[in-house]
Amino acid sequence: MSETPLLEVRDLVKHYRLPRERLFAPAPRVRAVQGVSFTLAAGRSLGLVGESGSGKSTLARLVMALEPPSAGQVRLDGQDLHALAPAALRAAREKLQMVFQDPYGSLDPRRSVLQTVSEPLRVLHGAAPAEQRERAGEALDAVGLRATDLGKYPHEFSGGQRQRIAIARALITRPKLIVADEPVSALDVSVQAQVLNLMQDLQDKFGLALLFISHDLAVVDMVCDEVVVLYQGRIVERGAPETLFQRAAHPYTRALLQAVPRVQPGAARLRRRATPLPAPAGAPAAEGCDFAPRCRWAGERCRSHRPLLRPLGTGAHAVACHLAESVAALPVGSD
Amino acid sequence: MRSIAKSRTGTRSRRAHAESRHPLSLASATALPEILPALLEVTDLRVTLHTARGPADALRGVSFAMQRGDTVGLIGESGCGKSITALALMGLLPEGATVGGSIRFAGQELTALDEDALCELRGARIGMVFQEPMTALNPLHTIGRQIAEPLRLHKGLDAASARAEALRLLQRVQLPQAEKRLDAYPHQMSGGQRQRVVIAIALACGPDLLIADEPTTALDVTLQREVLDLIAELVAEDGMGLLLISHDLGVMAETVQRMLVMYGGTVVESGPTAQVFDALAHPYTRGLFAARPRLGLARGTRLVTIPGRVPELADLPAGCPFAERCTRVVDECRRALPAPRAVGPRHQVRCIRPDARVPVVHE
Repeated sequence: MSETPLLEVRDLVKHYRLPRERLFAPAPRVRAVQGVSFTLAAGRSLGLVGESGSGKSTLARLVMALEPPSAGQVRLDGQDLHALAPAALRAAREKLQMVFQDPYGSLDPRRSVLQTVSEPLRVLHGAAPAEQRERAGEALDAVGLRATDLGKYPHEFSGGQRQRIAIARALITRPKLIVADEPVSALDVSVQAQVLNLMQDLQDKFGLALLFISHDLAVVDMVCDEVVVLYQGRIVERGAPETLFQRAAHPYTRALLQAVPRVQPGAARLRRRATPLPAPAGAPAAEGCDFAPRCRWAGERCRSHRPLLRPLGTGAHAVACHLAESVAALPVGSD
Repeated sequence: MRSIAKSRTGTRSRRAHAESRHPLSLASATALPEILPALLEVTDLRVTLHTARGPADALRGVSFAMQRGDTVGLIGESGCGKSITALALMGLLPEGATVGGSIRFAGQELTALDEDALCELRGARIGMVFQEPMTALNPLHTIGRQIAEPLRLHKGLDAASARAEALRLLQRVQLPQAEKRLDAYPHQMSGGQRQRVVIAIALACGPDLLIADEPTTALDVTLQREVLDLIAELVAEDGMGLLLISHDLGVMAETVQRMLVMYGGTVVESGPTAQVFDALAHPYTRGLFAARPRLGLARGTRLVTIPGRVPELADLPAGCPFAERCTRVVDECRRALPAPRAVGPRHQVRCIRPDARVPVVHE
């Protein structure tokens, strides 16, 4: 792993300033991302997991260079995207594309499929119409639609097909990295499976790297080589999905896993009476663990010292919890 | 598993007669005492919507019954008719929709009621929880006022006692700092807190039936569990009926006693939750189950997909709505909508070739 990774995110921080509450009070800030670092090698997939407000979508926007970070770097092929001149950034954008959650909102209803899918080519290269049509046809073919669909408009397609169009638009520049923000959560179960299979096929076929954002742990488990769990803008745990989901060492990861509704046979009603994760009570202490107010194991040290992300066991498993060893030793489902 | 298979072979010989005579017996409450009228009895409910593409049969004969204390789930994908069923129960169908069949609520025929009479029922005896708490609440009014509204309207409480009752309700749905929250506006609360407020409003008048349409779909997975637990607890405490609508098989498995699987405007499978999951008798139920991504699938696993797409209600085929996507389809499936047939005690399937032999791999 000595070569430069495709994507390297280093100490990324993003604060948003909120409107002042009182005239002379300092404007409050939201610390959306608070020092996140990770790398993603070409052809691999990384899942970002967390509740709403954990900073996953902000992270996606920073990686896509849609907004500047407050601090830190996003390096794609060794280039810091946020330090590039506009023309160079535009050239670099060819390598990264995005697929959004809502296949209804992310396609312009007044544009034909051809216009939508070939737009990146037009904008980035000024490609000739014939080339646009040819490449758009190829991209549609790759996502399982027909070239004859090029003249149609979004309203003629179902949700799953629209998401295929959005993926075709992302593929057309032959990117190295696709950032997918909840790409299947707006789709029906049967269609969701089709799109997930498609994304895995495309990844294998084109050697794409995938930054996959989802709140659905099962989806992430299936699609990703590595998973990063975010809580309030910080990484609390990361590792291979099989490690993470079988030997979760952070209480937050365990709470997320516990919360997934499961289908188990043999009983009429299996509402597991797990202790629910309490809502955060008040602001977390400035020095302590962000999760401490909701954590049932939190002790004095958790409230006074912020745990750093540290490796646990072998492999890439890392966790930010003082009590990780004892938490990981608990059998799954015991909490 | 074995008992289901046995009862299936037993019913097979009788099926041809019994079901041609009683095509509407799907999920009827045969095991319940006959003395009291069911809390809710839906019989052959048909809804036709008038769309730009002409009339669309949104519901094609839905029948089920429930008592107080029953928890029933409607599951299906978008366009299967589950939300239309809920809207029909509440008399909130879009303009121009035609309704056939019968909806009896505590012995009263709802399809015959006028708007004023329905208004007296809604919010008083039938409570509703919707998917998106932000749009269900009015951003211009305080939480306290919105909870007090049904109390003042239906119960005629004065402002002070309505406010006291609103506070009690907020405490009941376990909203932290309830007293302070009475004067808060919806935008000052998180999604989970808003959904608790919506539940408090639905419960305000002590309804007999609570209809929850995807109550947790807009919430985080950690909150989903809390809200479902809360709903289940409140329903059990008050002994009301719960009709839960969801697209999530896991939510169903954990929350309801009985479930109805809908597809193309009909109930394709219905029965006690555990039995439905054990048998997965309808090919669609089986397909839905297999298509679910679930924890523990190795990276690179391909999900079993259901080919094709959910049919548009405007061009539903005459026969089984699932025929086009079904792997077990034969010519006969396309001829007429299959009648419900029993595959176990109170477990019925609208399929002429139900698939209960292939073992189901559970997680």
